[in-house]
Amino acid sequence: MVIDDALISKLEKLSRLELREEEKVKVKEDLNKMLGMFDKLNEVDTNDVEPLRYVLDEHSSAIRDDVVGEELDNHKALQNAEESKKPFFVVPKFLKK
Amino acid sequence: MNPGRSLIAIQEKIKSGNFTISDLVQYYLERIEGAKHLNAYLEVFADEAITKAKILDEKLKNQPDQCGKLIGAVISIKDVICYEGHKVSASSKILNGFESLYSATAVQRLLDEDVIIIGRTNCDEFAMGSGNENSAYGPVINGVGENRVPGGSSGGAAVSVQMDTCLAALGSETGGSIRQPAAFTGIYGLKPSYGRVSRYGLIAYGSSFDQIGVFSHDVKTMASLLEIIAGNDPMDATSSTTPAGKYDFADTRGPQKIAYIDDVLNHPSISPDVKSATLKTIADLESRGHELVPVNFDFLDHVVATYYILTTAEASSNLGRYDGIRYGHRSKEAKDIHELYIKSRSEGFGDEVKRRIMMGAFVLSVGYYDAYFTKAQKVRRLIKEEIENIFSTFALILMPTTPDVAWKLNDKSADPLKEYLADIYTVIANLAGIPALSFPVSQSDNGMPIGMQLMAPQFKERDLLNFVETLH
Repeated sequence: MVIDDALISKLEKLSRLELREEEKVKVKEDLNKMLGMFDKLNEVDTNDVEPLRYVLDEHSSAIRDDVVGEELDNHKALQNAEESKKPFFVVPKFLKK
Repeated sequence: MNPGRSLIAIQEKIKSGNFTISDLVQYYLERIEGAKHLNAYLEVFADEAITKAKILDEKLKNQPDQCGKLIGAVISIKDVICYEGHKVSASSKILNGFESLYSATAVQRLLDEDVIIIGRTNCDEFAMGSGNENSAYGPVINGVGENRVPGGSSGGAAVSVQMDTCLAALGSETGGSIRQPAAFTGIYGLKPSYGRVSRYGLIAYGSSFDQIGVFSHDVKTMASLLEIIAGNDPMDATSSTTPAGKYDFADTRGPQKIAYIDDVLNHPSISPDVKSATLKTIADLESRGHELVPVNFDFLDHVVATYYILTTAEASSNLGRYDGIRYGHRSKEAKDIHELYIKSRSEGFGDEVKRRIMMGAFVLSVGYYDAYFTKAQKVRRLIKEEIENIFSTFALILMPTTPDVAWKLNDKSADPLKEYLADIYTVIANLAGIPALSFPVSQSDNGMPIGMQLMAPQFKERDLLNFVETLH
């Protein structure tokens, strides 16, 4: 498996990132090195092994009761936004007429 | 003034009138000023610490029975841990100017016991790195040795304790980010079991790995802090409901059976200095009556790959929230909403973060998901089972914390793979979700600190702390 230019463009799209040309060259090289390391896992026989998704054995009682608790008020929620107009976040227009 | 480096000593001296908490804060602020060139702090909460010290001095005088258990403890927090009304940036440009709307549960519990937080410490951007060279605010420098990294990602936290600018520090670990800098700076560092400390208010990197932990100069101070921050939190569904209990030192068990992994000593990555320090530690433990037994561990050459597949995948998902809309950097160049996402992220994230997000997107993408992500989840199970199997016979596992001592600045930053491979001994505890404690043992020929780590079964923090306390 080799990561080529086409795959780099695809990963940029999936990641919502846009790399400069010189960045692309370096990232391609680095990701291919990482992939070489990842391929070592093919040595491990994982037939009949269940994937481990959660490291604790406790499964129950993890979810809180669905009751309304202390929420962020509108003023606080907007406080860190670069652009807002009470009570909303402002974004560029995305609906075309 | 020399306040000492343990909570017990400091509390006694305050009580007997040797110095006040205000004197103590003044002392630390001067130490911070003196260590400024090491770039450990991103922000010092000086005025606030002085004000709070005055209030606590009054409280001690007028209502001594109302004082919190940790009064006199002055700590730093890593810049990935939220503290209401204070800035937090994950050492990233993308969170420049962001202010926490609430405090992390760990922080709130410490504040409730009268801890003073003196500042927030520099780290690798979004805790991604092993040398603290990936910060948007410049690298942190190790207080020992010239131009050496302090380790990462909690490099600033480690140096803040190393240089006696505070009593202890909160850091965080995903794959060794507390233990490795603790070893590189010659102090103690503890990563608790996954789920032991609430992650509420900890900026997420790899959610099935992340844990908040403690740096200190001694085990008892570490235990006092852990006892307060440990335990279930309704705000973190992954925090364990198993009671944490008390981390006291009443354990009187005698000799222990301790495993060490034979392959570690013969691994090509281990330096001669670290190898001889490990052998010396084994001999020292044996001379204290413990039984040290070499065991096999089949996955030493697979742990780093497993760790990086799973954490990059989790990171690519977790960091999707930085879109420039609700918080964080927003690009001025964007013409539409799609461009706003892309440009805000591309301008805000640093190289290492971009690399990990893209790698994570790859291992999760259609066509590669099973071959990489699911495969790594399966290997993670095998690793966890093999570790548990060792614990069916042994109380603890001993291992060097790192294959080598702290490297020189810029030595590994050009080749990320080299840096990743240095995580080989630390990621095991994170993959298995178990507690691990790094403690200083000796120095290399060139004077750099060497640390060993002991790992214990899940939630056996008390056993671990008790054992390490017997070693000095």
